[in-house]
Amino acid sequence: MTRGPSWFNVTSIVLGFSFLYLPIVLLVIYSFNESRLVTVWGGFSTKWYVELLQNDQLLDAAWVTLRVAFVSASVATVLGTMAALVLVRSGRFMGRSMFSGMIFAPLVMPEVILGLSLLLLFVAMDQARGFWTVIIAHTTFAMCYVAVVVQSRLVGFDKSVEEAAEDLGCPPIKTFFLITLPIILPGVIAGWMLAFTLSLDDLVIASFTTGPGATTLPMKIYSQVRLGVTPEINAVCTILVVLVSIGVIAASIATKRQQVQRERDERAAFGADG
Amino acid sequence: MAKKTIGPVRREFVPWEDPEQTPFIEFRNVTKKFGDFVAVNNLSLKIYKREFFALLGGSGCGKTTLMRMLAGFETPTSGEIFLDGQDLSGIPPFRRPSNMMFQSYALFPHMSVEKNIAFGLEQDNLPKSEIDDRVAEMLRLTKLEQFAKRKPHQLSGGQRQRVALARSLAKRPKVLLLDEPLGALDRKLREETQFELMALQEDLKMTFLIVTHDQEEAMTVADRIAVMDRGELVQVATPSEIYEAPNSKFVADFIGDVNLIEAKVLEKADTGTRMQAVVGDFAIDTEQTTAASVGDTVWYAIRPEKVRIAQGQPEGSVTNQIGGIVWDIAYLGDVSIFHAKVGEDDHDILRATKANISRMVENPITWDENVVLTFDRDAGVILTG
Ligand SMILES: Nc1ncnc2c1ncn2[C@@H]1O[C@H](COP(=O)(O)OP(=O)(O)OP(=O)(O)O)[C@@H](O)[C@H]1O
Ligand SMILES: [Mg+2]
Repeated sequence: MTRGPSWFNVTSIVLGFSFLYLPIVLLVIYSFNESRLVTVWGGFSTKWYVELLQNDQLLDAAWVTLRVAFVSASVATVLGTMAALVLVRSGRFMGRSMFSGMIFAPLVMPEVILGLSLLLLFVAMDQARGFWTVIIAHTTFAMCYVAVVVQSRLVGFDKSVEEAAEDLGCPPIKTFFLITLPIILPGVIAGWMLAFTLSLDDLVIASFTTGPGATTLPMKIYSQVRLGVTPEINAVCTILVVLVSIGVIAASIATKRQQVQRERDERAAFGADG
Repeated sequence: MAKKTIGPVRREFVPWEDPEQTPFIEFRNVTKKFGDFVAVNNLSLKIYKREFFALLGGSGCGKTTLMRMLAGFETPTSGEIFLDGQDLSGIPPFRRPSNMMFQSYALFPHMSVEKNIAFGLEQDNLPKSEIDDRVAEMLRLTKLEQFAKRKPHQLSGGQRQRVALARSLAKRPKVLLLDEPLGALDRKLREETQFELMALQEDLKMTFLIVTHDQEEAMTVADRIAVMDRGELVQVATPSEIYEAPNSKFVADFIGDVNLIEAKVLEKADTGTRMQAVVGDFAIDTEQTTAASVGDTVWYAIRPEKVRIAQGQPEGSVTNQIGGIVWDIAYLGDVSIFHAKVGEDDHDILRATKANISRMVENPITWDENVVLTFDRDAGVILTG
């Protein structure tokens, strides 16, 4: 006997999704509003997008954000992958469980505290705040996320594949790049994407750690909104939403495909059974 | 009368009998512990150049661990391993001149069959043309030509096993370690590959160390066999010695089929021993001398094919003769195995095999028939442990 979804299920899904996406849909719609007034529909227009292209402040902020996100995601990926390798591989060592607990702490730590502590550190170090301090801050917290993602890929990894490479005369470092990295690459890429998006939309930590000349897009939007929401902001946000959606969808399709492929590969390589 | 020897022996290659020979691989009092668990216990073993050496033993007895120590993936807890006169301690796996075929295959999942096989050769920076030649040769040898471009996940279990074999052979290492290399192959392909391996080993003058669960395979390919039990070597000898002259109940029972008869020593002489079976009323007369004293309990191990079975009193004089009743018959095609009851209890069974040398038999031995079992003075061995 088959039954369609019950009324309860349908209602919950509809309510849940509207709760999540209605505000975003409204924002996208109003970005095409002819009128300057945010709450009054004045007909369809793309003029705010055109205007946006002339708004140097917003474009500057977007450029800063992209550079910060790119650099910090890349550094965080390297560090996070290394941390994951150490945590999964190096059997037991003094303070292993403490270390693995500590690497995940920033995941649950309130951002305000993280931002504040970084700010205090930079002040104590007498470090002029700006572009590089934001990158350092973003790297620190994104690295934990990367470590979690990469770790989950490493857990199912059979070390005998690396041993086989070394047995055939390949030194350990080379083995890492020829064998280990290609196998865990989907996890590393997913980690990088996650770090990139986290950096892209971070407001709190950036506000604490930035300085003159390094205003990120979320900060810019936030400060402008306090002076009143303009359709221009809506336009910026719509572009962001579209970019992030494309990124997320592409990443999930890619990792899904690779995941299926890798799993088959691994079953084939690691399992002795046919 | 010519002196009798055990089984066929390759007389020209017996380096282990020559005390002057230096071993190529030597384990010296090697112990490996995992925590409290002793996987390999104070093991010493010498393997000679160009030898095909087989390790046999039950699951978990430490065969893989022994190989991994030789390949460099485990460090012995104590003891030393020498290869070609060099102490291997502290030498990382990638600098050791041995190659290993892993029990789990450990193929590189992101590389094609070709690339897997070429990997080791590329590490030696051989010229491209030579690598291609060698890969082609290995593909041909393992009958994988049409799968060259496939990834491991697109292969069957047996094909993957052959890729692993080809990859470990490609570098033609001085020492090749094979951890159950042929287990996933069907019988015909396995036999073919066994002979290919033997030919290759002969041609390239390599030293092979093979782990197998298949004793027939070990007997086919190996110059010598080591039987392992719980991390220790029980016996190291040629296949025929292992089979015909096992040194313990464990080896006799592990290799092939055997009747183990519990007996008490009645008489000892320079020319042999007389024993009385503990169950069943018969005496055993052998030409073997024993260290056990009169009155001691020993085990007499005799292979079923060395026991003759007949319906009536055999002609001529026989030394060992037991009356029994046929309890069960297993017809295997080439031979039949007769289970004859020789004591009071249903478990007091003596097995005898008989080759079915003619298709038709006039008066076949059948169930519940009275039979006479006979065997020669040199048919079995006395075991004390
Ligand atoms: N890394 C390890 N940690 C703890 N115990 C181990 C480890 N590796 C092996 N052992 C134990 O050592 C013993 C010997 O293992 P080994 O793999 O050498 O057995 P084997 O003879 O190859 O068995 P099989 O025929 O099943 O492959 C086993 O009891 C196993 O549980
Ligand atoms: Mg094993």
